[in-house]
Amino acid sequence: MTDQDKILSEVTQGDYKYGFFSDIETEIIDRGLNEAVIRTISEKKDEPDFMLEFRLDAFRRWQKMKMPDWAYLKIPPIDFQGISYYAAPKKKPELRSLDEVDPELLETFNKLGIPLEEQKHLAGVAVDAVLDSVSVKTTFKEVLAEQGIVFCSFSDAVREHPDLVRKYLGQAVPVADNFFAALNSAVFSDGSFCYIPRGVRCPMELSTYFRINSANTGQFERTLIVADDDSYVSYLEGCTAPMRDENQLHAAVVEIIALNRAEVKYSTVQNWYPGDKNGRGGIYNFVTKRGICRGESSKISWTQVETGSAITWKYPSCILIGNHSVGEFNSVAVTNNHQQADTGSKMIHIGKNTKSTIVSKGISAGKSNNSYRGLVKVMPGAENSRNFSQCDSLLLNDTCGAHTFPYIEVGNKSSIVEHEATTSKIGEDQIFYCNQRGIDTEKAISMIVNGYAKEVLNKLPMEFAVEAQKLLQISLEGSVG
Amino acid sequence: MESNMSILIENTDVSLKYAAHYNSVKEVLFRNSAEEMNAHRKKALQDFITQGIPTRKNENYKYTNLQPRFSSEFRYIHEREPAEVDLHAVFRCDVPLLDTHLAFLFNGWFYEDNSKIGELPSGVILDSLENVAHNNPGLIRKYASLAQTEDDPLVALNTAFAKDGYFLYVPENTTVELPVQLINFLQAKESAYVTQRNFIYLEEGAHVKVISCDHTLNLNHYLNNSVTEIFAGPNANLEYYTLQNQHNYTTSLNSVFIHQEKDSKVTTLNSSLHGGLIRNNLKFNMDGENAEAFLYGMAFIDRKQHVDNFTQVIHGKPHCMSNQVYKNVLDDESTGAFTGRIHVVRDAQKTNAFQRNNNILLTDKATMQSKPQLIIDADDVKCSHGATVGQIDEEALFYLRARGIDEAKARLMMMNAFAYEVIQQISIEPLRKRINELVDKRLRGEVARCHDCAYNCEC
Amino acid sequence: MLSIKDLFVEVEGMEILKGINLVVKPGEIHAIMGPNGSGKSTLANVLAGKEEYTVTHGEVTYLGEDLLDMAPEERAQKGLFLSFQYPVEIPGVPMVNFLKTAVNEHRRSRGEKELTAGEFLKFMRTKMEMVDMHAQLTNRSVNEGFSGGEKKKNEIFQMALLEPRLAILDETDSGLDIDALKTVAHGVNALRNSGNATIVVTHYQRLLDYIVPDHVHVLYGGKIVKSAGKELAFELEEKGYDWIKKENGE
Repeated sequence: MTDQDKILSEVTQGDYKYGFFSDIETEIIDRGLNEAVIRTISEKKDEPDFMLEFRLDAFRRWQKMKMPDWAYLKIPPIDFQGISYYAAPKKKPELRSLDEVDPELLETFNKLGIPLEEQKHLAGVAVDAVLDSVSVKTTFKEVLAEQGIVFCSFSDAVREHPDLVRKYLGQAVPVADNFFAALNSAVFSDGSFCYIPRGVRCPMELSTYFRINSANTGQFERTLIVADDDSYVSYLEGCTAPMRDENQLHAAVVEIIALNRAEVKYSTVQNWYPGDKNGRGGIYNFVTKRGICRGESSKISWTQVETGSAITWKYPSCILIGNHSVGEFNSVAVTNNHQQADTGSKMIHIGKNTKSTIVSKGISAGKSNNSYRGLVKVMPGAENSRNFSQCDSLLLNDTCGAHTFPYIEVGNKSSIVEHEATTSKIGEDQIFYCNQRGIDTEKAISMIVNGYAKEVLNKLPMEFAVEAQKLLQISLEGSVG
Repeated sequence: MESNMSILIENTDVSLKYAAHYNSVKEVLFRNSAEEMNAHRKKALQDFITQGIPTRKNENYKYTNLQPRFSSEFRYIHEREPAEVDLHAVFRCDVPLLDTHLAFLFNGWFYEDNSKIGELPSGVILDSLENVAHNNPGLIRKYASLAQTEDDPLVALNTAFAKDGYFLYVPENTTVELPVQLINFLQAKESAYVTQRNFIYLEEGAHVKVISCDHTLNLNHYLNNSVTEIFAGPNANLEYYTLQNQHNYTTSLNSVFIHQEKDSKVTTLNSSLHGGLIRNNLKFNMDGENAEAFLYGMAFIDRKQHVDNFTQVIHGKPHCMSNQVYKNVLDDESTGAFTGRIHVVRDAQKTNAFQRNNNILLTDKATMQSKPQLIIDADDVKCSHGATVGQIDEEALFYLRARGIDEAKARLMMMNAFAYEVIQQISIEPLRKRINELVDKRLRGEVARCHDCAYNCEC
Repeated sequence: MLSIKDLFVEVEGMEILKGINLVVKPGEIHAIMGPNGSGKSTLANVLAGKEEYTVTHGEVTYLGEDLLDMAPEERAQKGLFLSFQYPVEIPGVPMVNFLKTAVNEHRRSRGEKELTAGEFLKFMRTKMEMVDMHAQLTNRSVNEGFSGGEKKKNEIFQMALLEPRLAILDETDSGLDIDALKTVAHGVNALRNSGNATIVVTHYQRLLDYIVPDHVHVLYGGKIVKSAGKELAFELEEKGYDWIKKENGE
């Protein structure tokens, strides 16, 4: 082992700092999944009939589906009957001020650094916090309401804005889109809903924090964002979970609808518990995220920093229907130890003059496997469309793997699609150059990796960018060799 | 047995038809065949039944559905049949100044009257695979070791049916100066299913250039399923050129497997100029340090033609390098596909592996599907792939026009330039010039015929 | 030879040229100068027929014909030559092949017999000497791997081969050292005669030391704001462009 190797492996000992567990009284229904469970969930949430129908339809279809096996992942068998599909903090989260929040819960959010408190007013971020699938607190609701912006838990939206929910739910991700989306559609317990009315530029970042707390539960939240004509919103999502020996399932769905000239920026810093150094525990993260650029000149951009989860299966996508619409995907995915990630994007060009960009930076360390998988499809009618994809992989040692699986399908002569991918080792000459200027190897690697990911990190809103940079550092500690 | 049954039911009638056909001609297949080849038939058939004729659901055949092609009625050729005409009279390779060791294959069988092979260096064997299997079975002890029947149904089907093809052996430190040229003819009175099995073995330090040309001698429907296994020993050097020039009613399925030992160098270059459906599987296994592999391909297709190139390069040992360049120009309603996989296995450090696939669509009805893949399990590597689908560079086009070259001509120049990157890799000069001309003709929309075709087919 | 009347040009919805008027007669050399972004290159490209430039108003007559109506190659064949500011690299197209095609297209348009490969090579060699072009450059693909200076030389070399009636040199001096500049200017001067004309588009005066203009125009904000004899170039060199900007209300 060289000195460099040593330093690198020592630093890997960094612990998962979000690995605490909060002792909050929680209502959990029995494990298992059947129609009765789905009826119970719907009932507990006091949902209208159309929601129950939506869930049952999804469930029936899910029963006929098989778990996808095409990803470059080794997924241990998942016992879908061994999971409880509903866990909620017992105290009814009907809160008028923060004082009424369960102190344990508040403590949880404080530990997470979630801006629920007054001081975070300054940060100007409106937050919806979801604990074990149930939305516990949404801030700034009133301020936003003044502009006609709806930002609330999904359950509230179902009660207060059933027409909007009904109109847009399942549009981007149909109930039976895939195995995990169907499961989510059947059992999702809560999530966030956001509607930006015509011509409104949302004055602050909207944010959701997801936290899995209870044992043996799955988290199945659902987010729906609708941006009406000429509106703009930037949305942030953060995720953490306690350390547990067993694996937990997370199967979320995010849907975005952008109407004429609307723009939605969706940023994720995903830091679910990745499991320990030996690959024990960790979240199985199967997420379906899709946006439809329905209106002309609309734009949806996905930015993600993925450092957590034992298994990540996630392909935030854009369906570019409106002429001149734009889709973007920017991703940094870090895998260490025994983590596995198969992530990327789909860009479906349907409208004319549509544009998409994919920038993916994979960083592999430990014994992990990190794959980019993406589809760029240009339909015959999508004249003059343009895609550029750049997928780079950085390998930090000789025990990990970095893989690239793009699919390119072009059906007309006026479009241009370009894909480039490179795989390389972290540059020894770069490290040496830093060393020679007095920078130690660990810092040098952190600098180089950050520089490598900069292009994507720059796309994150300020508050997140700083956090993401730190996260990158922690995730890679001791990983390089 | 029961599990086999359920698989049978899951697979379609087409696959069943081929399994049934095997049983009905089993006797013919085994009759007169060498033990080395017969030994693989049964397992090959079982592997075929398990996999079935590939549909789009098979990830490796996602962009080429073979079911309809296999559904046609064919006459199966499982025995050597005499050629109806003297091939030497029908065919005269008109590449000027191209002097080669020339051998014909007729419907997958090594032609009996191959009088133009000429004098080969001592120890070099160019013969019928069937002959060698009978007379010198030691030479084909590695038969079917590269072409794994459980990995691909076409290979399985070929192995179950295979009886003949060409066999080329180059002994240690022997250089074959003139290229070895193989002309694969298809000619039958009715639609025919043809199986061809080839075997090339280069001992340590052997050098040879091989040119393999596919031709049809009439307009009947053909399905040709060929498998070629190539072994390049240490420090061997092989150049393997394939020219596919058939017609719109042919289905040409080719699987080429190449095993490379240390310090060897293998270059493959495939030109698809004409064919109804062409699928080329090309799998390299680099199993020795400092081996080099170069894979080039180009296709120029129109009407409803389909070309699918599928490559896989396994970097199994450190310090190897591979480079792939595949180019397609697609006109009319033609469809193209490319899948290229680079797999650098654990500890294959200091690997350099590159791949590029560039495509030009000339119409809105042509489509291209590209699936480049990198699977990298070692860190000290330089790997990249790039794929583009687009048009001719407009800036360059304007530059040409601003020099007085009219648009059509400028476009043609650009397309020739696009292809030239591949063409220039042909080291046999007369062949390079000829292919350059053929490509130019093809790009002008003329049918490119590379020999005096006695049949003047319109298709 | 060339007459531009009230020419307005847009690129991607942005108006770049706002009413250009210019008359060029045979035997004349015109210099068009101006600060960056004034529209000099746009003018050069519009005259050569680049597609993304939209003429919204005005007319251009070249040798008595409507220039704007012609395809780029037609303009070239009729003797309009643009020396590109950034000559394009075309990998895979051999220089010789490119040049021979260009020369023969010109000849064909004039109803002359096309040159055979042998004749062309001979013809090319005489021209190569003129601009000090190295033989190895013509063995490469078009402009591929050429240095900045070599690319510019190559443009003048092509000009020598094609013998244009109206040559437009777009920033031909940029990126050239003094020796290369002299070679290029020498080439341009050698090709000059009473029947052809040259438009030199440049930011600096230094090229005009070697290619002496009859008229100097200052292009600013999409218009020709000043025209005079060669002395104007010296004045610009001395005072810079600021006084022009001031005179035009900035």
